[in-house]
This record gives sequence, C-alpha cells and structure tokens, in this order.
Amino acid sequence: MQHNIYIYIAVMALATAACRVLPVTLIRRPIENQFFQSFLYYVPYVTLAVMTFPAILTATQSPLSGAAAMIVGILAAWFGASLFLVAGMSCLTVFILELIVI
Amino acid sequence: MESNRAVFLQGMRHGIPIALGYFAVSFSLGITARDCGFNAFQGFLASYTTYASAGQYIGFTLYAANATLFQLAVMTLITNLRYLLMGFALNQRLPENTSPMKRLITGLCITDEIFGITIARPGSVNPFYMLGAWTVAAPMWSVGTALGIVMGNLLPMRLVSALSVALYGMFLSVIIPPARRDKIVCAFVAVSFASSYAASQLPMVKELSAGNRTIILTVVISAIAAIAFPVKKKTAAVNKEDPGNAA
Repeated sequence: MQHNIYIYIAVMALATAACRVLPVTLIRRPIENQFFQSFLYYVPYVTLAVMTFPAILTATQSPLSGAAAMIVGILAAWFGASLFLVAGMSCLTVFILELIVI
Repeated sequence: MESNRAVFLQGMRHGIPIALGYFAVSFSLGITARDCGFNAFQGFLASYTTYASAGQYIGFTLYAANATLFQLAVMTLITNLRYLLMGFALNQRLPENTSPMKRLITGLCITDEIFGITIARPGSVNPFYMLGAWTVAAPMWSVGTALGIVMGNLLPMRLVSALSVALYGMFLSVIIPPARRDKIVCAFVAVSFASSYAASQLPMVKELSAGNRTIILTVVISAIAAIAFPVKKKTAAVNKEDPGNAA
C-alpha cells in the first residue's frame, strides 16, 4: 500500500526545517573555540567550491560548455564583476557555445 | 545603519541569479518527481515547503520505493546535515540579542545558495537579507518543479542548459573574490575543486550521493585548513567588517 503523499511531504518538510532551525535557535552566543571558529571560516568556501566542480560539467548539455562557463565565471569574479554579471556571463557562454557545438 | 527594507530589497536583487539557477535545477527535479508519482500540485507543495534539492530527490525516490516514514525522516536528516553546519556558521555572526522570530527566519531561509551569499556579506547576519533572497528564489524553485512535472521535456534543452550554470556562476562570485585576497583560501578552493573531482571518480566514494560527498569533503577539508592555518580571532573579526567582502 502506498503511503499518503501529503504526510510524506510534511515529514520531508519538518525534517529539513529541523536541520535549518536547530543551531540558530538553540545556541544563543557565538562559540569562542579557535578551532571551531577557523573551521567555520573555511566552511563556506570549501563547500561552494566542492558543489561547483565537477557538477558544472554535467549541468550543461556538453562538458565543454560547462568548463568554459566555469573559466569565464572565475575570470569575471576575479576581476570584480558583480554576482549577477558573473552568473549572466556564465549562462551566455553556455548558450553561445552550445549553438556552435551542438 | 542600513534599513531592514533596503537590506530586504538587496536580498531580492541578489536572489535573482539564484532563482534562475533554481528554475533550471528544479525543472529537472520535476521530471524526477513525475517519474516518482507526484502531480504538479504535490511537487509544487513539496518544493515550497522543503526547498532542498538533494533532500527532495531522496524523498521523491523513497516515496516511489514505498519506504516507511521513519526511513524518510532519517534519510532527509542525513541528506540535509549540511544545513546544521551552515546554521552553526550563521549563528557565529548573529548578534546575541537577536529575537527568536528573526532567528527562526534566519534558519528557515537557509539553502546552499542563500547561505553562500549571506556569509559573503560583511558585518553581522541580517535575517531580512536572507528573507529577501528566499522570497525571490523559493517561488521559482517551486514553479520550476511543477513545470518540470507538467512539461517534462518540452522546454528547449538549450535554455535549461544555459540557465543551469547561473547557480555555479553565483557560487564562483562568492568564493573567488575572497580567494584573490587570501592566498590560503585560494589554495583551499583549488584543493576543494580537485578533491571533489577525485571523489566523483574514485570507486566506492563515487557511489555516495553528491550531497553526502559534499558534506564529507567539507568537514575534512575545512578541518585540515583550520588545524594547519588557524584563523586568528582578529582576522576573523576584521573579515566581518571588510568592505571589500560585499557581494
């Protein structure tokens, strides 16, 4: 017998919300431990880098356009382009390249 | 002092590339949802209440496999463990006297991408910035899922393909400027790229879900960086006020 799909959706939402809300609501003051602070300083950079590559290669129709989008994105961000411009240039790179490649 | 309204609007602007990326990703998530037996409304509802790509993917497939609610809860918790980590990081930057309501908003607005742009903003975390980004991004995530269910393969792949890198372009715009300023961050970004690629190729490791690989690599690499190059308290504090850090 199949479960009620709405109960499924509710359990999924509640379990996810628990992960999101617990740390910020249970802990009232910043943790002073130096290792912990250093660890958290590196977390965002590491996690976003890990999520970007190699996933970007399989997000597009051709790995080539994904790789090109990554290079364009890195260069644009390095030279100070805004968040929106970096994202837009990456998209445009893929669109133009795939007109040629595919 | 920046007004909450201005911060909310800035969050909305920064939420636009996130929303574009979400649309492309959730569209393909919708195709999975349809295969697992979700109709457009149910997919929309699941996306609006959970908004977690890997978590939902697992949830959809578990539903199709007729797994128990307990299994579903446990797997959802495991897949979304990284949000706990992000919550800890955000907590360090929340003023101690933040009201419970604002803490709730901060927590509930966490997604990989919104966390990324929030942590890159200088100063303490402003829940209204996150809420602004979420207000723009979450509907697109939900509509994309529903459209994926309804339209399947009708949207031109060319467009989906181009939109899908918006998300990664945004990640790059968050990590590259600090990497340019801080050689250690730069080195660890490179290490992260390489390790992530290796993990996707290595036998055994590559069988893990992308979400689990992400959390394992994040914990291991960040811990190594923290032990080898501890951040002095002063540096961490300076980083908070560094105006060059503005997204």
